Amino acid sequence: MQGNGHGASERRAGARHHRVLMKGNEAIAEAAIQAGCDAYFGYPITPQAELLEWMARRMPELGRVFLQAESELGAINMALGAAAAGARVLVSSSSPGISLMAEAMSYMAGQQTPVVLVNVMRGGPGLGSIQPSQGDYFQAVKGHGHGDYKVPVLAPASISEAVDLVPLAFELAERYRTPTMLLADGILGQAMEPVELRFRTPERRPADWALTGAAGRPPRVIRSLDLQPEDLERHNLELQAKFREIARREVRWSGQQLGDAELVIVAYGTAARVARTAIRRARASGLRVGLFRPITLWPFPERELARLSARVRGLLVVELSAGQMVEDVRLAVEGRCPVAFHGRMGGMVPTPDEVVEALRGLQARVGRRPRRAPAIPAPEPPPLPRPARSSEQPAAPFEGDGWSRLEPAEPTPTAAGAGRPLATAGRHGRNGGAR
Amino acid sequence: MSVASLSERPTRVIYQRPELLCETSTRYCPGCGHGIIHRLIAEVLGELQLGPRTIAVAPVGCSVFAYDYLQLDFVESPHGRAPAVATGIRRVRPENFVLMYQGDGDLAAIGTAEIVHAAARGELITGVFVNNGIYGMTGGQMAPTTLLGQRTTSSPTGREASLAGYPIRITEMLAQLPGVAYAARGTIVDPSAIGKTRAMLKRACQVQLEGGGFALVEILSNCPVGWGMTAQESLEHIRREVIPAYPPGVIVDRGRTATTAPSISVEA
Repeated sequence: MQGNGHGASERRAGARHHRVLMKGNEAIAEAAIQAGCDAYFGYPITPQAELLEWMARRMPELGRVFLQAESELGAINMALGAAAAGARVLVSSSSPGISLMAEAMSYMAGQQTPVVLVNVMRGGPGLGSIQPSQGDYFQAVKGHGHGDYKVPVLAPASISEAVDLVPLAFELAERYRTPTMLLADGILGQAMEPVELRFRTPERRPADWALTGAAGRPPRVIRSLDLQPEDLERHNLELQAKFREIARREVRWSGQQLGDAELVIVAYGTAARVARTAIRRARASGLRVGLFRPITLWPFPERELARLSARVRGLLVVELSAGQMVEDVRLAVEGRCPVAFHGRMGGMVPTPDEVVEALRGLQARVGRRPRRAPAIPAPEPPPLPRPARSSEQPAAPFEGDGWSRLEPAEPTPTAAGAGRPLATAGRHGRNGGAR
Repeated sequence: MSVASLSERPTRVIYQRPELLCETSTRYCPGCGHGIIHRLIAEVLGELQLGPRTIAVAPVGCSVFAYDYLQLDFVESPHGRAPAVATGIRRVRPENFVLMYQGDGDLAAIGTAEIVHAAARGELITGVFVNNGIYGMTGGQMAPTTLLGQRTTSSPTGREASLAGYPIRITEMLAQLPGVAYAARGTIVDPSAIGKTRAMLKRACQVQLEGGGFALVEILSNCPVGWGMTAQESLEHIRREVIPAYPPGVIVDRGRTATTAPSISVEA
């Protein structure tokens, strides 16, 4: 397995874009290296250990920093220090380790320290299992530590997409000065599949806040403490303005076979892979089913889901959990259509046939559309509450394999001063971008 | 002697505010030792011209405010994690000087794993460890360094070994690690002791500059409010009770030969 990995590194010198058979953890690690990661800190835990091992071998080769910490607490706080000093930093772990990192995630959100954290999720709660799970959705999306904050959460559904999302994670982290999470699972980490290695190195932006020693300038302090409630509320308001900015500009999702769909599966990551197979089988048996796949779990594509829910008969949410994202789907849908759920836990993965069965159950619940009213063209959705900002993105068609993201509006600085324009912003579409 | 000739007489500055110390009054309680220790740091860093090169790590506890009093780049660390935060800075910025300030609850209780492993790695970090035997900021609770019999708000009848175990001499523990190039313990009980502590701090900074390894100076300090004493009484308490339990002196000075086998000697 490592042989293939080495092959990847050998070929890397010549080309930035090629196709290899590679393990997810190793592909993510190499993508981070190619994205200009200066330092990696980690602690062994299954099923992400290969990521740490890849970094242990590669980072010293390149004269960069690799350090195995004494614990996940140590690793994430080393990352905090290195990022505060202006470095591009990656940390990775799996569920129990992420819980230990929750404290520092809160500090970094408050201090506005840009670090990219990979969670290769495994079954829980507690020590749980080492098999894949999506049981950490709440933890990732609703906040890891204490206090009012959100961090961008990117959820790849393939190893190739993970490779694409790693540089994006660094961009988001640095553009908004925020910890950013890449949420994978044990299958994405452990599986080998043909990987499109589209490496990309995000441009460095001047870190006029980083600690470099107060030479020829006033001292800088990176902190989250404010004992005066007025000051801390002001800081929180700035953070919230930044979160709104992220929510407005950085929503990403993918749609598949939505044009004529009466039923739509909403799933991310590995669950979306299962859903694709299930959709193929369901369509063969006459069900009109499509897939809506959030790529950013926060910000959640709630407006897009709301629009979609107004023109389909029902949604089926599939997760490797007891049902976590389904709560956000229901909040977005606001009762416009029935929302069903199917999930497995503890390292079990739903089979496509189980999902088809759940689709049939949903179909029975919502009934069939009359044949004389075909689903194409889709009826105009009822108007949704529009955001206050005038720069709202135009409605995108619900179609596209790969990145069907809404193009970002003209970048504007956030109130917190963290959101400078991203020079390399652009399309990341597998098929040339969004449609 | 005329007024003119008096003003022309050369003057010699014998005492002034160190440049790195901010021109503000601290929020520390009256008689607290943090102010003296901040001043020592400002003096030593100034003397070694390290101010513009320093990145400092502030702990959780009273001394989190160090960044309000020292003219240095600072990052705030979660409770006890300062050695990990300092490690991250050290590894990506080898050209800088890294200073870390911790209290006894921070270093010897919640942050024991981080301090042990930063020391074991021989990180080029200079640590200032302020031991006043109490959690001051939260209202005077028992710390790992609280003496047996000492009353605190969470050991109201005095610390009992059967319930709360024994005080930790963590600097001696750390000094056993080959990665520790320098470990010493000073106090602030009188000008002479303050002078010795200043020399220890300077040595601990030089050790980092020489690439020797991890350097730590524990400073026995006071907490008059937390101890329920006047400032004068608190210093007397250090002399009579604390110093016998935590003897001052250089515990280890391996200089640049940090990788040789440790030889530990405690100078009382």
